[in-house]
Parts: sequence; structure tokens; C-alpha cells
Amino acid sequence: MKSVMDGTASWIRGIALVCVVGLLAACGNSTGSTNNSGTNTASAPGITATTITIGSTQPLTGPAAPGYSEIAPASNAYFQYLNAHGGVFGRKLTYDYVDDGYNPTNTASQTRKLVLQDKVFAIFSALGTPTHLAVADYLNSEKVPDLFVSSGCNCWNDVSKYPNTFGWQPDYTIEGKVLGQYIKQSISGKKVGYFYQNDEFGLDGVKGLDDQLGASSIASRQNYVPTNTNVGPQIAALQASGAQVVVSFTIPAFTALALLTAAKLGYHPTWVVSNVGSDVPTLTGLLTAFSKGAAGAQLLGGMVSDTYLPLISDSSNPWITLFKGIHDQYISSLPWDGNVLYGMAQAYTLAQAFKAAGRNPTRSSFVKSLESAKLGSGPGLAPFGYSSSNHLGYLGVQVDTIGADGTQSTSGPVYTSSDSGPISQYSGSTSSPPANGIP
Amino acid sequence: MSRFLILTLNGLTQGAIYSAMALALVMIWRATQVINFAQGAMAMFTTYLALFAIEHGAPYWLGFLVAVACGLLLGGIVERVIVRPVESAPPLNLVILTLGLLLFLEALAPMAFGGQIKSFPPAFSIVGLHLGASQIAFSPFDAFTLGSVLALMVLLLLLFQKTNLGLRMRASAFNPEVSRLLGIRVGRMLTLGWALASMVGALAGVLIAPSLLLYPTFMDQVLVFGFTGAVLGGLDSAVGAVVGGLLIGFALSYVGGYLGSDLETVGALVILVAVLMVRPRGLFSLQRLRQV
Amino acid sequence: MVAAQSRLNRLVSPTLSRHLLLALGAAVLLLLLSAQIGAYEDYQLTAVAIFAVATAGLTLLTGLNGQLSLGHGALMAVGAYTTSLLLEGHELPVIVVLLIAVLSSGLIGILFGYAAARLRGPYLAGATLTLAVALPQVATRYKGIFGGEEGLTVTPTSPPAWLGADFPPERWLAWIALAAAVVTIVLLANLLRSSTGRAFKAVRDNEAAAALAGIDVARTQVLAFVISASCAGLAGALFAYWSGVTAPAGFSLSLSLQLVTAIVIGGLGSLAGAVWGSIVLVFVPSFTSGMASTLNLPSSIANNLPLAIYGAILVIAMLMVPYGIQGALTRILRMGRTRFGRSPADGHKGVVDWDDPALDP
Repeated sequence: MKSVMDGTASWIRGIALVCVVGLLAACGNSTGSTNNSGTNTASAPGITATTITIGSTQPLTGPAAPGYSEIAPASNAYFQYLNAHGGVFGRKLTYDYVDDGYNPTNTASQTRKLVLQDKVFAIFSALGTPTHLAVADYLNSEKVPDLFVSSGCNCWNDVSKYPNTFGWQPDYTIEGKVLGQYIKQSISGKKVGYFYQNDEFGLDGVKGLDDQLGASSIASRQNYVPTNTNVGPQIAALQASGAQVVVSFTIPAFTALALLTAAKLGYHPTWVVSNVGSDVPTLTGLLTAFSKGAAGAQLLGGMVSDTYLPLISDSSNPWITLFKGIHDQYISSLPWDGNVLYGMAQAYTLAQAFKAAGRNPTRSSFVKSLESAKLGSGPGLAPFGYSSSNHLGYLGVQVDTIGADGTQSTSGPVYTSSDSGPISQYSGSTSSPPANGIP
Repeated sequence: MSRFLILTLNGLTQGAIYSAMALALVMIWRATQVINFAQGAMAMFTTYLALFAIEHGAPYWLGFLVAVACGLLLGGIVERVIVRPVESAPPLNLVILTLGLLLFLEALAPMAFGGQIKSFPPAFSIVGLHLGASQIAFSPFDAFTLGSVLALMVLLLLLFQKTNLGLRMRASAFNPEVSRLLGIRVGRMLTLGWALASMVGALAGVLIAPSLLLYPTFMDQVLVFGFTGAVLGGLDSAVGAVVGGLLIGFALSYVGGYLGSDLETVGALVILVAVLMVRPRGLFSLQRLRQV
Repeated sequence: MVAAQSRLNRLVSPTLSRHLLLALGAAVLLLLLSAQIGAYEDYQLTAVAIFAVATAGLTLLTGLNGQLSLGHGALMAVGAYTTSLLLEGHELPVIVVLLIAVLSSGLIGILFGYAAARLRGPYLAGATLTLAVALPQVATRYKGIFGGEEGLTVTPTSPPAWLGADFPPERWLAWIALAAAVVTIVLLANLLRSSTGRAFKAVRDNEAAAALAGIDVARTQVLAFVISASCAGLAGALFAYWSGVTAPAGFSLSLSLQLVTAIVIGGLGSLAGAVWGSIVLVFVPSFTSGMASTLNLPSSIANNLPLAIYGAILVIAMLMVPYGIQGALTRILRMGRTRFGRSPADGHKGVVDWDDPALDP
């Protein structure tokens, strides 16, 4: 009799203990993000006690690969650095990036593989507008965090349609507005022409430019498709229209082609180029063979562009020192250019987001924390827009110019804006990286 | 400069490029009845080799020579090692074989040379010539390109029509069995055909790379339009290849200039189909389609 | 016993019932298979089925009728865009959408088939290659209708309620695609055995003789083109459901070239070969990229290694298995029979031979 009573009592004690522990655990998980001490648990798909796995689709091969294929290895280099310095709450971040060849069909199947088979926690830095549009619906219906899409399309800022999708780089329309304002203020009185890629990148940029310059006053609008490298007719048309300023929403290859074609035609307007297509190391590399007699630097001299990250050549900037050090240590075979800086800056933002999300985030708690955490802008010159109603990343850019000797320098303040609102000057200051480069 | 003149010159320079590729394709077709889809990729690879030499201190013309020599070598090796064993198999197998070679080379190039877009030096200045007071859209380098293609066409015509070697090559393609009986080393003729064609392709690559920029897939567009030009002109004729390539160049330029650059390939399609409906074997076809 | 056997014979010997029985068996097996595997594998199975529909039509056109088309990717695009446009803003039953896509691509097939009816060999290849490159540009040009570079999105089709709330949508799509593939292959198999099929082969083997025998060559060519275009259109429609987006970048020239690769690797002229080819098309690239990711290589090598391996596989396959997978299987099965002894070396060297009798199924 006694043994039965004892057994019953210990049985009840056991249940009580389990209930208490369960309640504590449940309390812990529901507040999720604020529990910064304690043990790691497998709180979500892709997160275990020791690892976090994130995925990405990138054009590692194919026509879009030159340049863009450096971004993911650069992010990965930062993650390796992060892992070597303690990782995310002691977990190692594994970056599973796969090739989609800039083909939306491949993006669709690779994304499903990442989500269904590799079970990643989130998709990070998915590159390309048409490629990512293929999977944005799917990711949001599966409630997979879709972080920091590598595209400036304003389509990612749609909280009702894509609640889990976040942009990162400045929106092309905002960029167009700031560049348009610069032209209005600093190169006024000249005829302006547009040369833009015939897709969302170019069209969104043109929208911003028209907003500032007035659509009817543009001397000529020429576009191109990336599959057709013959831009002779378009540049000739710009020349014929008398445009003295050409705003170029082009990828680097087409910036170079435009410059070369213009040189052939003896046409030397002021080029105002989107940050997508104005990376100086890349452009210099594309033009070196023509720089016998310094034609290369000549071609770039006087070019206007914009930036939202520190200039690559600014060796006094602590962020540049940090990232270049990581580049030299982990990916020295890749050139040190804008793509590498982009990849590392994105990776830094992700590390910030993970830190803000707490030790054991779930997918939904991560998204909520990103919306409310007011992340510092890291290496960026402008603030992030992340909030419960805004999924835009960097909200603005600063104009920069390239001198006759090829050196780049910034000009004027940082401006922020939104797609339809006014442009305002940003008076905040930039931050320095934390001591060991980990947020 | 009037728009029409600009578009014409633009078409001429682009067309010269497509003609060079068309010549290479026609040569291989005449020698071995194969469409070499890897021709562009082979030219790309030899251009990378030339740039490698130039970047390591070689003067431009030595790099040019490297490209041409590697083209000869590559074409010969490809024919002997990869194409020869498959020659008696169904013809589509050769198409797939060359496609596989294309993918392989387009992947090997970035592995060996890095994936960034590179700049390839032009033989001469790319700045347009001055005609009186104005500057025209035709540079010394464009003149060199056009001249090289025309010279090549003449040389190939002479080779095939006027020399014994050319006769032996034509015989090997037309009837290998009888040629063997007549003592012609058919295998060697086939290898030579591929080697020469690949040399032409390598030349095309070096002429094209300055204006298109050098990256692994830069010859894809050239291959497609070169093939279109070759078909348009008739695969049996070197003159047809050049004329076809130039016509495609003009067509793309006019359609792109007057109707918009996104309609260029549609224009090429319409022209090609229109010509082929009237002359199913191309403009300069030698045989008449037998009517039953 | 004899009566039962003759009754079985009467069931099995007519072409239609034999094919229907095989199809039923295959359908049951596939149904069971799709239920056993996970959602991602169902997704891949759907891809195989979609490509099988397209390659079956293409192998009919190229293998049996001798017309090489490098433009079937563009015909898939026609089916895909038809689907995306139909589904823009409203819901339609899947079967209706598929049928309309078949019709629209069939129409384009008639147009192009007539234009191309007189073209042979590389000339037809050139014309279809230009079609492959040009047709997606129409979508870029008419942005308002076709969505430009970004294309049109297709909302995934959700499984009907009677299958249960957590029936994976990937499996439902796999069922639709597999059903389409089985139906297409049965129809084409019947066509092969009919007089039309024999007319296709006759024109391929000797055009003049076929014309003298009373076959209308032009009509035969156009018919073959239309049938294969309709298959490509059906595949394209399913493709739109499967990938969720219809954009020009998804229908580049490389898609058309992949289809041709598939039919040759699988075995030209054979429907089983079309299926093998589709399996290769879907699984070999993921296999090679899986292989490459296990090695720790610098990025420029790691990125491109899968493609290099894939290209090398194609070259080696053509060197070692010239009659494709189905051809190799058939030869293994025929070993020991008298007909074995015809080696590939008996072909013609260096002369166009678009009608290889060794391929007669």
C-alpha cells in the first residue's frame, strides 16, 4: 500500500514538474526575442542549437554572372568571419546559396528545393527582379522570411501582399529622384536624355527622374535590353537629340558600352549613372584596353553617380578597413569592388537582424523584430525604413562624382525620400563599426 | 549624320562580325556537314587565351597570333578527338555533341580566367573617322574588321575553288568513300577543315571582343545571328555567308533603329522566313529543290 | 485455357487497348509513387512529366518525321503565356486552360509549319532557332499585355477540397502533369502505329518516294509540326502552373536546346526515349550541382563546375551511347538475335543523313 501511494505521489510530482517546465518554456518562446541568455533551442526550421541555415538564389553562371556572382561569396566571407568570432548566439551561420542562372524557372525550382528539402530558416539576398517575382508569392504563402532582396524594385515594399519580404538597397525611384534633383540644381539649363534598361530597374528609375525633371522636358528616351549589346542606334539618337546630360540606368557592361559607343561617335555628354552601373573598379576593368593614352580615365572623368555605402576607395573609412580586411583574408581571389562591398554590407545587416531577434527566434518573431528593432544603418549612409508599414531598406543616397583622374568623391548631403513623397536632407551621422566588426 | 547613314554604318560593322562567324560555320558545314554550335564558345576561349598573353606582356599582334594559332589547334583537336568517333552516328548526335562542348567551354573559361567581364584591346582606334567636318560612326578598327572579313572570304573562295587542297576537301565532304578510293586522306581533310574554320572563328572573336567586351557568353549572340546569316545566304556558299551576315546586320540595325531595339530579333525572323519561303536553301543556294 | 488466352489476345492485340492497358498500369504506379515521396520530389516529378509532354511531341517531329526544330521552347512559351493571360484575374478549371493552350500553340504551329514546310535540315534548324530567339521578345515589346521582362505570375492551383486540407499542392500538380503526360503519350503512341505515323516516317526516309506513293508531303510536314507544337503548348501551360511565373528569361534559346538534347540522349524517335530524356534533363543538373557543392573550391570554380560536368556528360554520352538510352536498352535486349551485328559504323561518313533507318522503332 505504501509503495503504491509513493508511486502515485512521485507520478503526480513528475507531472507537476513537467507542467512547470513546460509553462516556463512556453513563456520563454512566446516572448521569444527578449530572452538573450539561456540555451539555444531548435526554435524554427533551419535553426538548431548550433547552426542557422539560410539560403539564396544567385546568378552564379550565365550572362548575368559577371560581377553579381561575387556578391554571395562576399556575404559568405563575412559569415565565416562572424562564425570565427562567436557566430550568432554561439550558432554557426551556414549560407546555402545556389545558382539560378538569372532564369526565373530555375529560381522557382531552386527556391522550392531550399525551402522544402534543405529547410532553410530564411531566404537572404535573392538576386534579381524577374527572378524573385517568380518566388515572392510562394515564400510569403509558406511564411518564409524573405530578407534583403538584391533588387531595388519598389515591388518588395508591399506589406499586405508580401508581409515577409524586405528590400535592402535603395529603391530605384528614390535614386532617380535624388539624381534628378541634382541635375536640376547643379547642371541646370542643359538638355537631358535618358538611357535605361527596359525593365523595372530602368523604368522605376525613370519614374523618379521624371518626378523631378518633368517628363515633357526630356530630349530623348532610349532603352536597351541586356540580351542585345549593340547600342549604336540608341547612343546615336541621344547625340542627334542634342542631349548634353545623359542619365543612365544601366548595368556596368552597358555603361561601358554606352561610353565606348559615345567615344566612337565623338559624343561627350555629362553621364549621370545609377549606382548599379557605376562601380569604378568594374568600369575601369571594362575600359582598360581603351585606356592607351588614358582614354579609360578620360571616359569616366566627370561622371556623376550616387552611393549609399562608403566609397570603395575611401581607405580612411573604418567600414572599408573592416570589410577589406575580411576580403583579403577570405576571398582574396575576387577583386575588391562594389559587388564585394554590397555582399558584405548585406551580411552585416543580417547579423544585426539576428542579434535583434534574440536567442531563439521563430520565423514570425524574426520578421516582427526586424520591423520594430530600428536597426542601425551599419555601413550605410542613410537609415533603414523597416517598420510594420514599410519594408524598404536604405531610404536614400548621396551623390558622388568621378574626377578627371578617376577618383571618386561624394558631393552634397545624403537625401532620403519615398516613392511618392518629397526629398528631404538626412542630417543623421554615420556610425562606426563595433570593435570586432560584429554587431 | 543622318539617322539612316548612322544605322547603315552600324549595320555594316555589326554585319561584318556576323559574317565572320557565318564563314566559320559554313566552312565546317562544307567540310563535315555539321553545324558546329560550339564555334562561338571556341572563339571565346581562344580570345581569352589571347588576352592572357597580352596581359602577361605580349604585344597586341602577338596576342592576335596566339588566338589564330590556338584556333587552328583547337579546331583540329576537337575534330580528331571528339567529332571523328561520332561522325557516322545520326547527325543530331553531332548537334548535341557540339552543344555539350559549348557548355563545357563556357564553364571552363570562367574557371580558368575568372568570371569578370574583361576589356579586350582593339587593333586600331575605335574613335570614328573624320569625314570633313563631321565624325562618322565608322572607325579605323571597323574598317579593319570589314576588310579582314572580306579578305578572308576571298582567300577561302580561292582555297576551295582554285587549289588542289580545296578540291580534295570538297571531295572528302561530298563523297568520302570515293575520295578514299582516289587516294585522298579523308580524315586529314576533315581535320583540316575544322582547324581552318576554327581559325576563322578565332579571328572573329578577336575582332568582336573589343566592342562587345569579353565574358564567357559574349559569343552566344554572335553565334545565333551568324548562323541565321549563314542560313540566309546558303550554307554551301562562302559568298552567301558574308552576304547573309551583312544582311542580318543591316536588318537588325534598321529594325532596331526605326522600330525599337526590342523588335530586332523579330525583324530578323521575318526576313529569314520570307527569304527561305522563296529560296528554301538560302539566297546563294547551288541546288534547286527537286520538285516531284 | 486456350479460350482465356485468346480472349486476352483479343484484348491486348489491338493497338488502342494495348496502349490503354499500359497507360492504366503506368498511371496507377505513378499515383502510388507520388504519394510515397515528399513534396519537393513531387515537384521534380511534375517537371519530368512536363518535359515528357514536350519531348514526346518533339521526338515525333524530329525523330519520326525528320524535321529538326530548335524552337520548341518558344512554342512552350506560347502555351505558358496563354495560360497566364487566361488566369489573369479569374479562375478557370485547369482542363479548360490546358485545352485552350493546346489550341493556341497548335495555331502558331500551323502558321509556322506552313512557312517552314519547304525547309529541310539545317535551314529548318536556322529558322526555328530564330523563332526561339525572337518570340520571347514579343513579350518584352508588348509590356502592357505580356508583362515585359518581369512577366506574368500564375497563382498556384490548389487541390480540391475532397482531398483534404493538408494535401500538398505539389502532389496535386504532379497528378495533373502526370495525367497529361500519360494521355499525350498514349495518343502519340496510337498515332505512331496509324497510317499517319507511317506517312511521317515515309516522308522522313524518302520524300520523293513518299510523294510518288500518293502522300501529300507538305500536309504531312505541317501536321507533324502542329502536333508537336500542341504538345509543346500543353507542356508550356503546365510549366506556367509549375513555376508560377511566365517571363521571357524562362524561355530562352537554351530551353529549346535542352529539349533537343533530351530527345537525343533519351533515344531519338522513341516515346520511351522522350521519357528517359526528361528524367536526365531534370535530375542530372541537380546531381552535378550537388556533387560540386560537396567539394570546397574557390567560388569561380565552384560556380561553374556543375555546368562543365554537364557539358562533359553530353559529349561523353554522344561518344558512348550514340543511340541514346532507349537505343542502348533496345540493343541490350536484342543481343543474341540475328539482327544484332549492325554496328553504327555502317552509316554514312560526312554526308547528310537525316533519315537513319537504324532508328526505326
